[in-house]
Amino acid sequence: MADTHAKTVEPGWFTRIAHPGMFMGWSRHVIVPLIVITTLAFAVGLFYAFYGSPADYQMGDTVRMMYVHVPSAWLSQFCYAIMFCSAIGTLVWRHPMADVSQKAAAPLGAAFTALALFTGSMWGRPTWGTFWEWDGRMTSTLVLLFIYLGLIALWRAFDDQLKAARIVAVITLVGAINIPVIKFSVDWWQTLHQPASVFRLDGPTVDSSILIPLLVMTLAFSLLFLTLHLVRMRTEITRRRIRSLEIAQARAAGDAA
Amino acid sequence: MTGFFAVIGRDLRLGLRQGGDLLTLVLFFVIVGVLMPFAVGPDKTLLARLAPAIVWVAALLAQLLSHDRLFRTDFEDGSLVLFRHAALPLEAIVAAKLIAHWLLTCLPLIVATPVLALVLGMDGPAFRLAALSLVLGTPALAGFGAIGAAVTVGLKRGGLVAPVLVLPLSLPVLIFGTGAFDVARLGGSSQALLLLAALSLLSMVLAPFAAALALKISGE
Repeated sequence: MADTHAKTVEPGWFTRIAHPGMFMGWSRHVIVPLIVITTLAFAVGLFYAFYGSPADYQMGDTVRMMYVHVPSAWLSQFCYAIMFCSAIGTLVWRHPMADVSQKAAAPLGAAFTALALFTGSMWGRPTWGTFWEWDGRMTSTLVLLFIYLGLIALWRAFDDQLKAARIVAVITLVGAINIPVIKFSVDWWQTLHQPASVFRLDGPTVDSSILIPLLVMTLAFSLLFLTLHLVRMRTEITRRRIRSLEIAQARAAGDAA
Repeated sequence: MTGFFAVIGRDLRLGLRQGGDLLTLVLFFVIVGVLMPFAVGPDKTLLARLAPAIVWVAALLAQLLSHDRLFRTDFEDGSLVLFRHAALPLEAIVAAKLIAHWLLTCLPLIVATPVLALVLGMDGPAFRLAALSLVLGTPALAGFGAIGAAVTVGLKRGGLVAPVLVLPLSLPVLIFGTGAFDVARLGGSSQALLLLAALSLLSMVLAPFAAALALKISGE
């Protein structure tokens, strides 16, 4: 007896928090604090965005659009990274939480990508004089939106969600290989958007009076994403439980009849 | 290796015996190309400028239509189950099917390109470039299409989802394919053709693995 007991491996911390039952337990206590922190970050960030930061000497007050545009553009790519990691979790370990995380992230990614495109075109009208331009970054973001929407369509086409998760994971991985190629091809095709100006080797070219509110807003948006992702994952787990309960109930009713 | 060639031979024979499908595909390609002048107007110089784009869009659409037949019949009659248990790995079988698919659906389109070149008023060099870019680019289209077809093979209503998935992924093929005609571009057309060939090689190598993985999941 003692021998077999010694052989059982104690599950690691990640295995324990990733168990669906455990996840429902700890995430319940995390969500309310997360909502509070997100609200605080938005309060600080929006105050800086509207009152605490100067207007641009060329673009005037329209520069404040950036405090929504840049964080959502960052999240549109970060969300794909989350889906990529979850897809690996689905295919390699077949972990149900990876499935749930994948499914919860896709509409969020689509929403943030659409928001980035919308604010971008609103910002482009007064500064570039056009809502839409066939420029490299805008085009590749639009293609990213199409990929998100295609993935959501694929999720919805399946009845069996376990199979759907693994099939969608294959396409997510193919997309992850292909997105850099799309980005390169579109850049090769046409370029107008300004080059990256925050994350550079020689330090940011943005003044700190604008950079600090931008970073606070990025943090606030990332927290918002985290909160929504957790809530969506909880909803998805509950939905699956209800579904399996309904099936069990229908089976019991069938047996009784 | 004999198994590999046997699969190619089988698919070629199956495709050629029901030749109606192939002719319909070529007809579709030509009709899409011929339809464009009606939409744009009979302006010869404008048409000659748009011709590469028209040929490529027609090829892309014709390719999209042909993907569904790649695995659908094998899935429905149970051949795919046998393929999964064959001595040859499923990846190799998918690669063989992909080669046969290219020979059956892409080669006829390239053969039919002169008709479109004539109608759209392309000159000799432009036609040769169009044929060359199609030869180099269509394997990539077939590769992405195979992934889309494998992913949706188990779906009854997969017909609409596959194009929505495949079209954004094949955007680079379209860009490099028509980029070869852009004389103003730095580096000339050879750069676009080389990138196109690289894309085709890469997708022909990776697509069998992704498609085989999706087929294995669909077959469970």
